[in-house]
Amino acid sequence: MSKRVLMKGNEVIGQAAIEAGCKLFFGYPITPSTEIIEYLSKYLPKAGGTVLQAEDEIGAINMCYGAACTGTRVMTASSSPGMSLKQEGISYCAAAELPVVLVNVNRTGPGLGGLGPAQSDYFQSTKGGGHGDYRLIVLAPSKSQELYDMTLEAFDLAEKYRNPVLLLTDGFLGQMMEPVELKEKPASPEVDKSWIVDGAKGRKKRIIASYSLTNEIGEANNLRWEAKYKDIKEKEQRWEEFYAEDADYLIVSYGTTGRISKSVVLNARKKGIKLGLIRPISLWPFPEKAFIPYKDKVKGIVTVELNTGQMIEDVKLAVECKVPVHLYRRQGGMLPTEDEILANVEKVFNLASEEV
Amino acid sequence: MMDKIVLAGFGGQGVMFMGKIFAVSGMVSDLEVCWIPSYGPEMRGGTANCFVLLSDEEIHSPVIDKADGGIVLNQPSYDKFLDRIKTGGVLVVNTSIVELNETRDDITIIKVQAIEAANELGNPTIANMVCLGALLPHLKLTDYNKVEKAIQEVVGAKRPELLEINLAAIKKGIEITN
Repeated sequence: MSKRVLMKGNEVIGQAAIEAGCKLFFGYPITPSTEIIEYLSKYLPKAGGTVLQAEDEIGAINMCYGAACTGTRVMTASSSPGMSLKQEGISYCAAAELPVVLVNVNRTGPGLGGLGPAQSDYFQSTKGGGHGDYRLIVLAPSKSQELYDMTLEAFDLAEKYRNPVLLLTDGFLGQMMEPVELKEKPASPEVDKSWIVDGAKGRKKRIIASYSLTNEIGEANNLRWEAKYKDIKEKEQRWEEFYAEDADYLIVSYGTTGRISKSVVLNARKKGIKLGLIRPISLWPFPEKAFIPYKDKVKGIVTVELNTGQMIEDVKLAVECKVPVHLYRRQGGMLPTEDEILANVEKVFNLASEEV
Repeated sequence: MMDKIVLAGFGGQGVMFMGKIFAVSGMVSDLEVCWIPSYGPEMRGGTANCFVLLSDEEIHSPVIDKADGGIVLNQPSYDKFLDRIKTGGVLVVNTSIVELNETRDDITIIKVQAIEAANELGNPTIANMVCLGALLPHLKLTDYNKVEKAIQEVVGAKRPELLEINLAAIKKGIEITN
């Protein structure tokens, strides 16, 4: 049975993790992600799990590594500077192919930055934030219900592909309260767990490690991971289209600005401007497929981002530079209003005269 | 249809609580709701503010540029949010401690001696609820009955002894505005 409740976004993530069967959470508190560890500290033990506040973020991610080796569902959460500290461990998790669920409640940067919402960690999240050539599956929710649903799904995806999955949200979504339906999680698909280390008595021992001094073996590993990433890229691209089908112009935006952009589209349509939206939901794999029907058709694209223009690079690649792609951005914790985004769209495409 | 509400005051004046009551009043009547707190340096002293959206359809942009209605409980909040009310909107001002040094004639400003009114009811901490009552008749999607349900849900469970006085304060606010 599901019920509609009013909860903070960060708490929604915590509740969804419990529903997903997460049994271990290791973390170190940091605004604006703290309510996740706070909520789980209160409720995860009641669901038979354990929350441990590690000595720091580096400790937390390596505890996740160890826990995931045993096949236990495990999660960590942090915010931008804390995520930077975790990157080495995330790279190790990717190499050891461990199903760890990560949450980054993006705050502003660089450096210690500020507490406001930002999308400044797009590159770090989608291009492999640590060393080595790996990818995380990155999901970008834009409202509380998606925080819940995508957290549930993150655990299944992580196990299915034996790969860390990152939920990339921001301080605004984390702190806001919205109604959310706490649905029961459907049963997870059966996955192969013949790799976990849970005591070798009576069987051959298993080793989970990422170290290899033989270049031939090293290349074989890289090829295996590459094939996995290709498979994910083929199967897991997600996006939402909003008034895109007949659009002359498109906004591309995810997360908080993705939902603001829906209001922009509705306002534009009232003015007779055929504006649509593509909202990437998986940031890696980037939804290149979404652009196939539009790259020879639309007159222009504006990406709306909370950074200096990061996702815009993936959009340009996706449309093979056949369409002019512009950027509208705010930074430092500021959010754009629907009116200022529309004014910018009208300006870059000279649409003011087309008003009806 | 949508109500965009801004609420502000000192930390401790019950700003977030007012927001929560508005938000829950939307929940009990199956509206779409967003409750957005300030969570940055404001939480660490100074002015706290909170935005609430109530809507009878899906809320896409939760960002409030200009609000339909607002409540300001202290001077810095009045100075900061006077310009954030849209033309034709309503601003409830706690004139017990706020001086209207600047004003606007394109919005309705409702002056409420909230602390005096709360003291008359016997509890100075419910000044915020008097102001909430004063804004209530000016909102489209919520009303006294919905707020009463919300108060029962939020206050009734934890502090039932405070239920009546909260409701009395809201009624007083409604009287003042009418």
